[in-house]
Amino acid sequence: MQQLLSTTLTGLTLGMVYAAFALALVLIWRSTRIVNFAQAPMAMVTTLVALQVIDAGAPYWVGFLVALVSGLVLGAVVERVLVRPVEGKAEINAVILTLGLFIVLHAVAGLVFGNDYQSFPAPFGLSGFRVGDLNVALTGFGIFTIVIVLVVMAALAALFRFTDLGLRMRAAAFNPEVSRLLGVPVGRMLTIGWALAAVVGSLAGLLIAGGSLVYPSYMDSVVVFGFVAAVLGGLDSPVGAVVGGLLLGLALSYVSGYLGAQLVTLASLVILMLVLTLRPGGLFSSASARRV
Amino acid sequence: MATSSALPVRAWRRVWSGTGSRHLLLALLGLLAVIVYVEAASDFRNLQFAAFGYLGIAAGGLTVLTGLNGQLSLGHGAFMAIGAYTTALFLDDGSPVVPLLGVLVVATLVTVLAGALIGAAAARLHGPYIAGATLALAVGVPGIALHFSDTLGGEQGLGVVAPPVPVWLLDLDYFFTGRDLTPSRYLSYVVWVCLIVTFVLLANLSRSRVGRRWRAVRDDDVAAEVAGIHLGRARVSAFVVSTACAGLAGAVMALVVRLTAPGGYTLTLSLTLLTAVVLGGLGSLWGALIGAGLLSYLPQLATNVGESLGLDQTRAAELAPLVYGAVMIAVILLAPTGIAGAVRALRARRTARAERPPPQTTESTVQQGEMSR
Repeated sequence: MQQLLSTTLTGLTLGMVYAAFALALVLIWRSTRIVNFAQAPMAMVTTLVALQVIDAGAPYWVGFLVALVSGLVLGAVVERVLVRPVEGKAEINAVILTLGLFIVLHAVAGLVFGNDYQSFPAPFGLSGFRVGDLNVALTGFGIFTIVIVLVVMAALAALFRFTDLGLRMRAAAFNPEVSRLLGVPVGRMLTIGWALAAVVGSLAGLLIAGGSLVYPSYMDSVVVFGFVAAVLGGLDSPVGAVVGGLLLGLALSYVSGYLGAQLVTLASLVILMLVLTLRPGGLFSSASARRV
Repeated sequence: MATSSALPVRAWRRVWSGTGSRHLLLALLGLLAVIVYVEAASDFRNLQFAAFGYLGIAAGGLTVLTGLNGQLSLGHGAFMAIGAYTTALFLDDGSPVVPLLGVLVVATLVTVLAGALIGAAAARLHGPYIAGATLALAVGVPGIALHFSDTLGGEQGLGVVAPPVPVWLLDLDYFFTGRDLTPSRYLSYVVWVCLIVTFVLLANLSRSRVGRRWRAVRDDDVAAEVAGIHLGRARVSAFVVSTACAGLAGAVMALVVRLTAPGGYTLTLSLTLLTAVVLGGLGSLWGALIGAGLLSYLPQLATNVGESLGLDQTRAAELAPLVYGAVMIAVILLAPTGIAGAVRALRARRTARAERPPPQTTESTVQQGEMSR
């Protein structure tokens, strides 16, 4: 009972992080039809930048903010400089491009920050609460994770639902040609979309880093989990990404708790295969049209 | 007089125009070049050469999958791991029960089984989906070795004892060179003979009906289906052939490295293979070979340059991936056909210039094309 409860709570917390990461992937997929495999290294770089700031003596929250802002800049620059030329070209080009970026960012991080494991601070407690004589595996940082991801999701939903900018971004993603004719600066909207996604990705990076070790490849498995979560929800739907993230977090937490921690990535592969075989459009898909 | 001088030319043309005979001829020339290099180079250079070889085998398999069939695999490092672990389980002590050729065949077959399983699921996918699925494979497979650490050795991995050099080969080599064949030279021969055999098979396959089907599916799956090609079968067969190469590459890699550990088969290996294929030009076997060569010799060069610039060793080692990741991005942005494709385009342009129609016609068609857009 105790173990079931703590695995579930750990799963929910992790699931929130995967949901945030999947949301970042979905934001980019919706606007440019590209899966950004470089999302994880981008988040890794911004987290390591934050660590430098914190190690230099700045408070945690300054580092936190620096990471998000550098994510914003990195996302915008990547879209404008690298991704723009391959938009609308063969799918495989964009995939290879983001993988090239993956390799480059890894190398840059190793070159600048070194390959050592460094511990990353957490702003809240990392030990579980005690309720009576039951040890609940929900930490202060875990609660912070859940709350901040929910806040970000609400903010994004409000942005797309209620603001002019959100409307323009949706139009640019939905039909670039028509939007351009109606005066929407489509290119700028795509840049903003990538920048926002990179901010959300950086947030996920910070949440995973908090209270544990960071090194250039600490996010490598998260790119897999984020992708599986996004596909689980259908790649196209932000709500799907969130639900997919939570489901995946729970499932992987059970695998890790009852079968073995080394099998987690493989379990995510099995889940991915099952989803793609049974419901290729994700759990929330309606019938999909196919263009010839 | 005239006929006697034309005869060798005609014979040459006949050999060169036949696909099979041309590939065989190139293979023999390649084997000759390999023998010359292996006999001339030092043991250290030979191990490096062997590393070039096994990367080349896997890259050749990947280029067939990605270039000819349009499927992207980020999981070939994982398939290499399957081949390598199978080999390691056979050769973990000095007394092999199965001859080396048998071990290589079994390792390849085991990988093919895994490849068929993944391929069957991947055949329904395209573009980013298949990339993501194989990415999960690349990150997940090393975990199996860690989980079943009793049989698969965990983090330390399994040692591999390469079987002794066969006596007939020792005698043969001694007869020609007058010195003993060292184990490193022997392994270099094993790897490169595997590579040549693989490449001849792949080249023939890609020029055959099977290869044409793969290309048809890559270029337009709907049109291919209408033409009577079974999409799933074509995709799975391409995937299986490609993973067979990766399995063989992993098997000989285990022999050369003498150790099979999860650390050797990380995502980095899979991405390295992809880099080799992209650098060389998707779909070209020569390109895969060039890319693999660059990737096996460039890192050391880059590390040396980095160290002479005053970086410490671990940081200097990051220069190589930095360079080839950047080159990979540049290739996609500037020359999506890679090195082999750029050479081909250059040659095509030269022949086109030689037999170009009057310039006015081409210009007016271009203008018309521009106007109609």
